[in-house]
Amino acid sequence: MTESPLIKLAVTFGALSLVSVGGAPAMMPEIHRLSVEVHPWLTNAEFARDFALSQTAPGPNFMMISLVGWRVAGLEGLLAATLAAVIPSSIIALLVGRLYVRLARQDWFPVLQLALPPIVLGLIVASGVVTAQAAVSGALGVGIVIASASFIALTKYNPLYAIAGGTLIGLVAGRLGFL
Amino acid sequence: MEDTAKTPDTNAGRTVGKLELFMGFAEMALGGFGGVATMARHVIVDRRRWMSEREYAEVIGMGQILPGGNILNMSVMVGDRFQGPLGAVIALSGLMIIPILILIGLTMVYELFAANADVQAATIGAGAAAAGLVIGMGIKMGRNLRLEPMHLGFAVATFLAMGVLRLPFVGTILVLAPICFAATWWRRRK
Repeated sequence: MTESPLIKLAVTFGALSLVSVGGAPAMMPEIHRLSVEVHPWLTNAEFARDFALSQTAPGPNFMMISLVGWRVAGLEGLLAATLAAVIPSSIIALLVGRLYVRLARQDWFPVLQLALPPIVLGLIVASGVVTAQAAVSGALGVGIVIASASFIALTKYNPLYAIAGGTLIGLVAGRLGFL
Repeated sequence: MEDTAKTPDTNAGRTVGKLELFMGFAEMALGGFGGVATMARHVIVDRRRWMSEREYAEVIGMGQILPGGNILNMSVMVGDRFQGPLGAVIALSGLMIIPILILIGLTMVYELFAANADVQAATIGAGAAAAGLVIGMGIKMGRNLRLEPMHLGFAVATFLAMGVLRLPFVGTILVLAPICFAATWWRRRK
């Protein structure tokens, strides 16, 4: 009765890949729901930790999915999750890319360009809130979330400074016994 | 001789070999510490001159409305343009293989010290900051979009469905996106 975790990973992220408008930053509530609540592969703290790790490494945001796969089933899990998440949407991109000129002249194309961004915006804010709920357990954490959000929203500096700042505050607060 | 004095409107005659494709995408991924998007434009348009500004904007615009990450979709389309489907695979590999190895390396090093109290405290801070980063990104995007009230309503509805009610993603998108599309269509027709 226990399905192989590799199949679960592939089915889970493959299905997500087909409807994941907004890309990885917009997908966090679903990745959290699937990997913390439905399956459950990770605890809240592990989810927050892995999200921070995947944001710290260079490369596409998308790699959170690879890391979840790694946590669940090592190298095989990583490959299953990554390929399942990349292949379906990439096939669509390949086909649509070749039809681009024809599609761009259709009446519905500019409508879609107006209609999708609000949905993506809602998804990204939801991503932030869900990730914050997973990461934060006290007033200090809430403070770091607000400070980091303000830093990103109000300045043009590299987002890694925000993560570095949060890491340092966590370290100092731990030493002082605030955590 | 290439004319470097002005940026051409199209780089239609440009050819890009398989190795250059891989190297270019690896460069974007590794140079894009804290955000691949800015670096991708820089490498494709300015540094390597694979495409003109306008061509790149078209590809990235298309990538945004398709499912999947917009950088991943852009990589597929750019790779396919220069080397066919194999080029798409090469572009994706260049973008992802080295970063994934770095991420797993980072994770393994982290695990070595995970039991340390300082590292645990620092991790809590990093997790909170990473979450704040996504909220900040959303705020920035919301400000830049300047949505009309109807679209703001759809943004709020999507947020409530996913962030508060925690409904499944697939169903939420399949309901909200078509309604938003239809409403936008209807508004433009009037």
